[in-house]
Amino acid sequence: MSELQREVSELEAKSATAARLFDIRRIIGGLFVVYGVIVTFAGITASEADLRKAQDININLWTGLAMLALGLFFLGWLWLRPGHAPVSAGNEEQAP
Amino acid sequence: MYYLADGLRLPTNGLDYAILAIYFAVVLGIGLAARRSVKTSLDFFLSGRSLPAWVTGLAFVAANLGATEILGMAATGAQYGVAVVHWYWIGAIPAMVFLGLVMMPFYYGSKVRSVPEFLLQRFDKSAHLLSSVLFAFASILIAGVNLYALSIVVEALLGWPQWVSIVVAGFFVLAYITIGGLSSAIYNEVLQFFVILAALIPLTLLGLKRVGGWDGLTGSLSKQHGDNFLTAWGGTGIGDANPLGANWLTIVLGLGFVLSFGYWTTNFAEVQRALSAKNLSAAQRTPLIAAFPKIFIVFIVMIPGLVAAVLVPKIGTAGSDLTYNDAIPLLMQELLPNGVLGIAVTGLLAAFMAGMAANVSAFNTVFTSDIWSKYVVKDREDTYYLGFGRIVTAIGVLASIGTAFLAASFSNIMGYLQTLFSFFNVPMFVVFIIGMFWKRASMKSGVWGLLAGTTAAMVNYFVIYKQGVIDIPSDQGANFVSAIVGFVAGAVVMVVVTLFTAPKPEAELAGLVYGTTSPGMAEPPAEGDSAWYRRPALLGWGAIVLAAACYIPYSF
Repeated sequence: MSELQREVSELEAKSATAARLFDIRRIIGGLFVVYGVIVTFAGITASEADLRKAQDININLWTGLAMLALGLFFLGWLWLRPGHAPVSAGNEEQAP
Repeated sequence: MYYLADGLRLPTNGLDYAILAIYFAVVLGIGLAARRSVKTSLDFFLSGRSLPAWVTGLAFVAANLGATEILGMAATGAQYGVAVVHWYWIGAIPAMVFLGLVMMPFYYGSKVRSVPEFLLQRFDKSAHLLSSVLFAFASILIAGVNLYALSIVVEALLGWPQWVSIVVAGFFVLAYITIGGLSSAIYNEVLQFFVILAALIPLTLLGLKRVGGWDGLTGSLSKQHGDNFLTAWGGTGIGDANPLGANWLTIVLGLGFVLSFGYWTTNFAEVQRALSAKNLSAAQRTPLIAAFPKIFIVFIVMIPGLVAAVLVPKIGTAGSDLTYNDAIPLLMQELLPNGVLGIAVTGLLAAFMAGMAANVSAFNTVFTSDIWSKYVVKDREDTYYLGFGRIVTAIGVLASIGTAFLAASFSNIMGYLQTLFSFFNVPMFVVFIIGMFWKRASMKSGVWGLLAGTTAAMVNYFVIYKQGVIDIPSDQGANFVSAIVGFVAGAVVMVVVTLFTAPKPEAELAGLVYGTTSPGMAEPPAEGDSAWYRRPALLGWGAIVLAAACYIPYSF
C-alpha cells in the first residue's frame, strides 16, 4: 500500500463526518415547507394585478403547493427511512 | 463578463426580502450545524469521504449550475436558438458518464484527495506543481468573477451598490465554508439546486403561456430567424454559415469531446464532489445521477431565452438596450408576482454564491494538501493542516473579493484571463487519458504534455484566429478549434517525450492505470449497492440513450 493510501485510510478511520453530520433531508424538507406555506399564502391572497401579470395563472398558489409537496416528500422520506447514522446508508434513491 | 441593462429593477417587496432573508439564515445555520462533524482535515476537505450518492450527485450538478451558467446559457438560447442544447446533450452527458464509468475507479480507488494529487501519483512533481498552482489561480479568478457578476445582477435587479453585495456575499461564503468545510458547501449546493428549480420552472411555464405555448413560440421564431433557429443541427454542414460559427465536426470533436471532457473530468471543483462520496459505487454514481437533471435543465434555461427573443425581437442588437444576458431578469420582471419573485431572486443569489463557494472549497483543498503540505511545511500533524485549511479559506475568499473589485475596473483583462485558463483544461484531459490508459507514458511526459497542449491552444486562438491567419466565423467556433489543436499537440508531445525518457516503475502504477487495481480497493460493496437501479453501467448508458433521444425532435 502506498504512503498516500495509508495516510488517507488513517484519516478515514478518524473522520467524524459519517457519525456526526446531520441529514440534509431535514433542512430541505423544513425550508421548502416554510417557503411553500409563505408562497401558497401569497397565492391565496393574490391581487388582480398579480394574476394579470402572471398571464391569469395563480402562479404563487401552484408554485407554493409544489414546494410544500417537495418539502413534505423529504420529511416523509426521512421519517420512513431515518438511517442508522445521521448520514444514512442504504437509502439513497435518486431525488426527483 | 455580464452586463445588465438599466431599467430591469424588480418590483420586490417585503415578502420577497423575507424569503431571501430566510435563505441566508439557513445557509449560515448549515455551516454552524456542520461544524461538529469536522474533526480531521479529511472531514474539512472531502467530507471524510462519507456522503451518500444522491447528495454528491445533486451537488455535482449544482456546482456547475452557477448563475453565470444560467444567465449565460439563456443568453446563448436567445442568440443561437435551439443549438444551445449541444452544451448539454453532447457537451456534458458523454463526459459525465465517462467520468463515472471509466475514470472514477482510478480517482476514487487510488484515494487521491484532489485532481493534481493524481498527477503526482501517476507522473511526477513537476506536473503536480504546475497543475496545482494553475488551478489555485484559476479557481480564485473564477470565484472573483462570480462575485463580480453577482454584484452587477444585484445592482440592476435590487439596486444595491456593487460593493455591498460583493462584501455581503463574500462574508456569507467565508463564514459557511470556514466553519463547516466541504460538507457545508455541498449541502448548500443541494439546497440551491431545488431553489433554482422552484424559480426557473414557473418562469418557463409563464413565459410559454405569454407567447402562446410552444407552437406560438416556434411560429414567431421561425418567422423572425428562419427554421434553422429551431433545430439542433440545421445549417451545421461543413462550409455552411450559421450563427454559432461551428460545423458538426467541430461541435462533436471540439465541444463534445475535448472541451467537455476537459471540463467535466479534470476540473477539481466538480470532481471533488465525487471524491467525497462514501464508497466507490457512490463515487461512480455521483456524475451519473447528476447527468439526469442535467439533460432536462436545458429546457428551463433555453425556453426563457427563446421567449425573450420573441418578446424583444431586437434583443442583443444595436436597436435595443437589452443584451442577451438580460433574458431571464427581463422575464422575471415581466411575469413574476411577489412571492415567486422572491424565490427567483433567492435562487439567482444562491446560484452565484454556490458557484463561488465551489471554487473556494476546491481552492483551499488544493492549496493546503497539494501546495503547502507537499512543498512548504511538510509532515506536520493533521490538526495543523486543518487549521491552515481554515485560514486559507479566509484568504481565498478575501482574494476573490479583491479579484471582484479588480474585475469591476479591468473587465477586459479578466475576460482575457478566463479564456487563457480555459485552455489549460484541454491538455489536462489529454494527460489524464494517456496516463490512465498507457502504462508506458513516462514520468516526464506529463508536464510536457500540459505545457505543449496549453501553448498550442493559446497560439491557435490568440495568434492564428485573432490575427486572421485562418478564417473562423466566431469566437465560439474558434474556441472549439483551439481545443482540438491543444488536444492533438498535447498527445503528440507526450508520445514523443515518452519515447526518450524513463517510464514510472510498474509497482508504483497499481490502481492508477487501466488494467491494474489499488491494493485498498478490495473493500466489500455496501449493502443495497447491488440493486439494479444503482448499477453504474445501467445509469450511465441510460443517460446516454436519453440524451440521444432528446435530440430526435430537434434534428429533423
